[in-house]
Amino acid sequence: MLRIDCPYCGKRDHEEFSYFGDATKPYPGLEVENHDAWVDTVYTRNNPRGIHTEFWQHTLGCRRWLVVKRHTVTHDIESVIPASERTLP
Amino acid sequence: MSHYSAWSLLRNALTGHKHWERAWRDPQPKKTYDVIIVGGGGHGLATAYYLAKNHGIKNIAVLEKGYIGSGNAGRNTTIVRSNYMMQENTPFYEHSMSLWRDLSADLNYNVMFSPRGYLYVVMSPNALDAQIRRANIMRLNGIRAEILTREDVMKEAPYLDFSANARFPIYGAMLQPDAGTARHDAVVWGYARAASDLGVDIIQNYEVLDYEWSGERITGVKTTRGDISAAKVGIAVAGNTSPLAQKAGLALPIESHVLQAYVTESIKPIVNHVVVWSASYFYFSQSDKGGLVFGGHIDRYNSYAQRGNLANVGEVSQALVSAMPSAARLRVLRHWGGIMDMTPDGSPIITTTPVDGLYLNGGWCYGGFKATPASGWCFAHTIANDKAHDFNAGFTMDRFAKGRYIDEAGTGPYNHLQ
Repeated sequence: MLRIDCPYCGKRDHEEFSYFGDATKPYPGLEVENHDAWVDTVYTRNNPRGIHTEFWQHTLGCRRWLVVKRHTVTHDIESVIPASERTLP
Repeated sequence: MSHYSAWSLLRNALTGHKHWERAWRDPQPKKTYDVIIVGGGGHGLATAYYLAKNHGIKNIAVLEKGYIGSGNAGRNTTIVRSNYMMQENTPFYEHSMSLWRDLSADLNYNVMFSPRGYLYVVMSPNALDAQIRRANIMRLNGIRAEILTREDVMKEAPYLDFSANARFPIYGAMLQPDAGTARHDAVVWGYARAASDLGVDIIQNYEVLDYEWSGERITGVKTTRGDISAAKVGIAVAGNTSPLAQKAGLALPIESHVLQAYVTESIKPIVNHVVVWSASYFYFSQSDKGGLVFGGHIDRYNSYAQRGNLANVGEVSQALVSAMPSAARLRVLRHWGGIMDMTPDGSPIITTTPVDGLYLNGGWCYGGFKATPASGWCFAHTIANDKAHDFNAGFTMDRFAKGRYIDEAGTGPYNHLQ
């Protein structure tokens, strides 16, 4: 069981959260017609064997979106911040 | 390599079983090959076998970072079926079934292919409608499929919960009678032995770290134990595809996720099919050793850890006990995880790549085992001819950019929801 330290609710089992994958992809504006940029955002994934920056939503708790940095082999969680505070690469 | 037969078994029994030969050679790698296959799982070994057998290529090496079959080939729940719906998938998987049917004879190795039937149990009229549609598509493609009523299912699988208290009452089922199981380790060993006999060098404990380049062309691999050259390099490494692809400059739409699987203690034969209990995403069958082999969803977060955790254990145990109440008395003997290379449409990639000399086979999600023969067969064709076969023509890297997803699940472009 992953234990995610929600900034609002405290340490909870990952079963309380919904995963939403890679949190490093900036979305082009809807007016942007750059096909390659959209393909990259929607489909291309780094999929690191190492620290992964990812979205979790606390669906069975406060329902806030969080950005978690977690190692994909050890599952150690390095940090949890509200999604509103993230800075894109 | 001596031929296995009833006669060779008798001869060896009479001489104390002291003269069996190694099943596959264990050579030192040469400096150069015509083709290097990276990945000694089912798909990699099958590819090497068909490259030698169908295309007459003599100088092939399979490089495996651990021991052959130590990845997903040794971790799956052994299901073999061809009940797909999308037209890019259906002929491919049925081609795989036709190879499965003759595989033991073809490889001279008993892979224990058991066409015991695949029973997809549904809980509502709408779910049955969806299965009727699927069954019709199968039949239009020449694949046998049957629709069962609740009473039919009761006769086939009386151990399921037909009580008045059932939380999800069984409404009916779709049956693919020609589907079933095969012994996963035997598939690895059978392909290894047959490939080795055709001259393929199976090289274990060599991990590929990077590529050799000549300008923009890949000309070999750099391993933990030295460099080996090759005119063509094909990668078939399932959950480890992204790191190796990135080393070649390929950006892929793959996410690696963990899938857990379980085996119970052995009991007398009771489950005669592969059963999918669709109230949850849950499937089980009974191995010839007697244990129930079962599993459910991927864990749904990126992971390269070949182990599971208790969240999935709880989910899957609930499903098993709800489907088959008497299973509550059983002890779970073993539990493990594999790394699934998930794509945004749940369908695989078997293709040439924009990089000269590099070929890609991956993105199998959790459905690679049944595809083993056809995957090897098609990947061999693709490598030998520098062009996909009709069977894998849809399994491209760029189908997402072109809007040609092979979207069996219909859940949208989310790798973790396939």
